[in-house]
Amino acid sequence: MPDAPGLELIAGELNEAHPETVLGTYHEHGQACLIIAPERNRDVLRWLRDEPAQEYSFLASVHGVDYLPAEPRFGVVYELLNMPRVERLRVRAALADPAASNGAGANGDQPLPQLPSVVDLFPTAEFQEREVYDFFGIVFEGHPDLRRILMPEDYVGWPQRRDFPVGGEAVIFTNTEREVPGWTR
Amino acid sequence: MEVKREKLRALSPVEGPEPAPDDLRVRQMRARDLLRDDLEGPALDEHVEQSVLTTNLEKLLNWGRANAMFPATFGLACCAIEMMSIVSPRYDIARFGAEAMRASPRQADFIILSGRVSIKMAPVVRRIYDQMLEPKWAIAMGACSSSGGMFANYAVVQGADKFMPVDIHVPGCPPRPEALIYGFNKLQRQILGNPDPGWRARYNAEGTEEWARFAGEPTSEQRDAYIQAREQVVRAEEPADA
Repeated sequence: MPDAPGLELIAGELNEAHPETVLGTYHEHGQACLIIAPERNRDVLRWLRDEPAQEYSFLASVHGVDYLPAEPRFGVVYELLNMPRVERLRVRAALADPAASNGAGANGDQPLPQLPSVVDLFPTAEFQEREVYDFFGIVFEGHPDLRRILMPEDYVGWPQRRDFPVGGEAVIFTNTEREVPGWTR
Repeated sequence: MEVKREKLRALSPVEGPEPAPDDLRVRQMRARDLLRDDLEGPALDEHVEQSVLTTNLEKLLNWGRANAMFPATFGLACCAIEMMSIVSPRYDIARFGAEAMRASPRQADFIILSGRVSIKMAPVVRRIYDQMLEPKWAIAMGACSSSGGMFANYAVVQGADKFMPVDIHVPGCPPRPEALIYGFNKLQRQILGNPDPGWRARYNAEGTEEWARFAGEPTSEQRDAYIQAREQVVRAEEPADA
């Protein structure tokens, strides 16, 4: 686990090798995180994987986050692991919502956030990027087979987004029966 | 044959004390006389009364169906653990003739929907139900397959009767095996053509009220009390400025 100064060193070296990739860092609960520009994620991950001093060669997880009231709205998080040193590093790509400017809802033909796929760097990312696409509608450009993985193929909408309706149905009890018009026994 | 009949008659002599009418040997001899067309008059009536049961074919078939049901082996979620235990010696659904879990829907008479049905699983469940041969029945076991239960979300169908017919709903989360067996007994009575009335019919319930009334029409006081109670709820929930 890189400590806070170690994280700053990584961020500095990374900005030297690929300028303007690291937007920020934080170190909390013993976990180190780099916040990066989403369009540069391939440069960052390749450098962290191949640079001899880093060698974060194992991508443990890829996941999406929706921080709805906050801007930028989405995050795609890569959890990296250096197996010889057992050091973990989190890389978060902060992703703005292109639909926010035109006020579109969670469903329908609104533009989807996009960022480059890392499947050719880390083959394990293939299914995990499909899952992020399935639940958050984040498009990974260059993914070999980007389609839904858990929800049915004909499902409409991105169910883990924060503005997706919870769903379910009202249950009729004595104190709620007048709220269900047209209900008869 | 002839020799045997003589032997029997020798064992039960016509003279001496009158043999009891339900004596085995007497009944056997009567049956033989019946087959030989020797039985006549009141003796024939009595024999028919004792040994013949009349019914119609449908009732007989339903009696056979209800007492030899094959459930489909189909576990959906955690309720399946309770479903598996109904065939165990502790609960023993073999008492009601439904212990033979069939691995193929073609051999099954009814399906127990034991757990939540996700929208991806619903077409599969429907296909298995369609593959079962008529006559067929379905039991929705537990809150999830009856109404969606705790899974009010994007992935779970809110009640299995959205996509297939269901005969019996067993409440519970999960229902105990006894509850499932009770539900199965209700299904048996339904198959026999004598279904139990729902609780609204039994208690003359008004609306969705959750208390039971005495059997019989509710009195006007009871009805007024119910309407008054409901209006109080409405008034309490109205905003203060209204």
